[in-house]
Amino acid sequence: MPELSYREAVRDALSRAMRDDEDVFIMGEDIAEMGGSMGVTQGLVDEFGPERVRNTPISEMALAGAAIGAAMQGMRPVAEIMYEDFLTLATEQIVNQAAKHRYMSGGQVTVPVTFRTQGGAGWSPGAQHAQQLESWFVHIPGLKVVFASTPTDVRGLLWSSIYDDNPVVFFEHRTLYGIKEDVPDELEPIPLGQARTHRRGEDVTVIATGRLVHEALAAAKEAEQEGISVEVVDPRTLLPLDEEALISSVKKTNRCVVAHEAVVRGGFGAEVAAVIQYSAFDWLDAPIERVGAKFSPLPFAPVMEEFVVPHAGDVLNAIRRTVGRTDGN
Amino acid sequence: MAQVLPAERDLRRVIGDADGAGDRQVEGLGEQELLELYRSMVQLRTYDERSVVYHSQGRIGTYAIFWNHEAMQAGAFHALEDEDWIFPSYRESAIGLLRGMPPATVLSWWRGHPAGWWNPDDYRVASICVPIATHVPHAAGLAWGKKLKGERAAAIVFFGDGATSEGAFHEGANFAGVTGAPLILFCNNNGWAISTPVEAQTRAQTLADKAAGYGMPGVRVDGTDVLACFEATHEAVRRARNGEGPTLIEAVSYRVAPHATADDPSAYVDVERVEEARKHECVGRFEGYLRRAGILHDDLATSIRAEAAEAMREAIKTAEAEPPADVELLFANAYVDPPASFGSDLDELRGTLG
Ligand SMILES: Cc1ncc(C[n+]2csc(CCOP(=O)(O)OP(=O)(O)O)c2C)c(N)n1
Ligand SMILES: [Mg+2]
Repeated sequence: MPELSYREAVRDALSRAMRDDEDVFIMGEDIAEMGGSMGVTQGLVDEFGPERVRNTPISEMALAGAAIGAAMQGMRPVAEIMYEDFLTLATEQIVNQAAKHRYMSGGQVTVPVTFRTQGGAGWSPGAQHAQQLESWFVHIPGLKVVFASTPTDVRGLLWSSIYDDNPVVFFEHRTLYGIKEDVPDELEPIPLGQARTHRRGEDVTVIATGRLVHEALAAAKEAEQEGISVEVVDPRTLLPLDEEALISSVKKTNRCVVAHEAVVRGGFGAEVAAVIQYSAFDWLDAPIERVGAKFSPLPFAPVMEEFVVPHAGDVLNAIRRTVGRTDGN
Repeated sequence: MAQVLPAERDLRRVIGDADGAGDRQVEGLGEQELLELYRSMVQLRTYDERSVVYHSQGRIGTYAIFWNHEAMQAGAFHALEDEDWIFPSYRESAIGLLRGMPPATVLSWWRGHPAGWWNPDDYRVASICVPIATHVPHAAGLAWGKKLKGERAAAIVFFGDGATSEGAFHEGANFAGVTGAPLILFCNNNGWAISTPVEAQTRAQTLADKAAGYGMPGVRVDGTDVLACFEATHEAVRRARNGEGPTLIEAVSYRVAPHATADDPSAYVDVERVEEARKHECVGRFEGYLRRAGILHDDLATSIRAEAAEAMREAIKTAEAEPPADVELLFANAYVDPPASFGSDLDELRGTLG
């Protein structure tokens, strides 16, 4: 079993797909010689050449749109938007075009494009380089939305996204690129819409995404010391959502915390909380807790950023609140 | 409608060291003005070189180096008047110094400290724009407004070669053209957008050529010739004030430093060209011009440099002596009037701080 970092796992999925299939190619700003601003695509231009590892001008709208054009003719492009914050410039293409073509052609046009991007705080880049904007896209019928938290998941999910016939917005977290894990030699595709239970527990379910999966696992360990048994579930695909897995977990534990790095207000956690309260209302012993960033643009100053985004301690406090303990906060 | 001619493709030069053409003189620049220009360049150079050191010492964050871009910035700046607005990208982060902004303020900006928030009205220098080209339409809007109000002021917006591929650049330039906004679109063509060379950015022979499509003149200047940058901007400002609308200036250089402190260009850059370009860096070129004209001599040059270095020593001290930021500012500035229902985060913050 080779050990791969999250970064290498993304690269592995891309290169295997390109090796297997002429229709797959990647496109983005500075992805060729430089290997992308996060080094994810390093070396790919050497293996696949500049035709299939396409450096583009700084034109997010055009590169997203061109990928759609290629996808309409059966290619499987993976378009990289260097920072999630700059999805804003490609949003017309993703929201009004990629997401709508199939619907508006009566099912006759498919757009099997994947928009890869990365974001996330923890390195102090300020208000325009580290936002978590996944919830915007979860609101759009016609898209699928993925947010992977481990090397194994990112590899298997990216593969499935490339081979999904719908447009997929694929989120990676900047601070996870370095984490490592043993992964199987064979790439195992992970179906979109399938949650993963990272840890079994009896008292509280924490439903977490991205970096917060790791923070939740750390919080769960701490909680165990206090005699609280925590289950940690990562939906992995935000749209479509594996509602069944989340609901059955909460029906077992009777308590729920939702946790993501994005701003709490209007975040993806609000959707999860709504799903849970509707289907597991009679099982809930406490209000559903939400953990996420404070309602502030991300500050540049490291200490301030640290305060705005959530950490394991915030998850732990939320866990404690659901079981009626307020020692921490 | 005024006729728009094809862009000038030949690089305009004033300093005559490159092709043996001999030095020219620029109208309106006497000895005094030339020395002011030199002072500005040295001020910027010193700011930049010290910043790279401060970054390596962990005293400022990731920093966008502008070494060898001083001629564009100082040259364009000196063609402006006090009321004219400047819209910088990250590459022109310190251009406010030339308007009297304390260097400690700019250092504080790069330190992520609230003391780095300047009020744009105080200096007619807009906030630094990091998303590429996004500020071009802002500048077009401000300039158009000045015209509508019958004010004399113009605006200048700085952006890179890569920025000309963004929709915001095209739409902003077109908007300025249509509205006849008194705007100077100053393109710093340093040949690279991180790892992407300008040849991969456009098939246009020159970036100045794009001007014709927006119905404005396009001018190309040697971006390391401070006097050529001054002269072209000066003409553009005059056109703007005369109600003749915007101008696109393409200032050509070769990026000799990494994109930013976090970048390692060795994988993509042409090392020999960097070496060559370093030999003709812009401060040295202007110094040569001034010496040939008998305006600058060793003592004066030394004292100007010493003055700039001293200002930076003071500035970093001042920036580092700032008390830690008041964390309540986190919630003070996102809204003019934060709704009461947003107060819980602030309460939590107060709780955390005890
Ligand atoms: C909208 C947007 N896309 C991508 C980036 C990432 N990025 C930062 S600087 C840069 C290159 C810009 O090059 P250029 O316009 O030539 O300016 P220079 O850095 O050379 O001064 C890129 C792609 C960004 N900041 N904003
Ligand atoms: Mg450039």
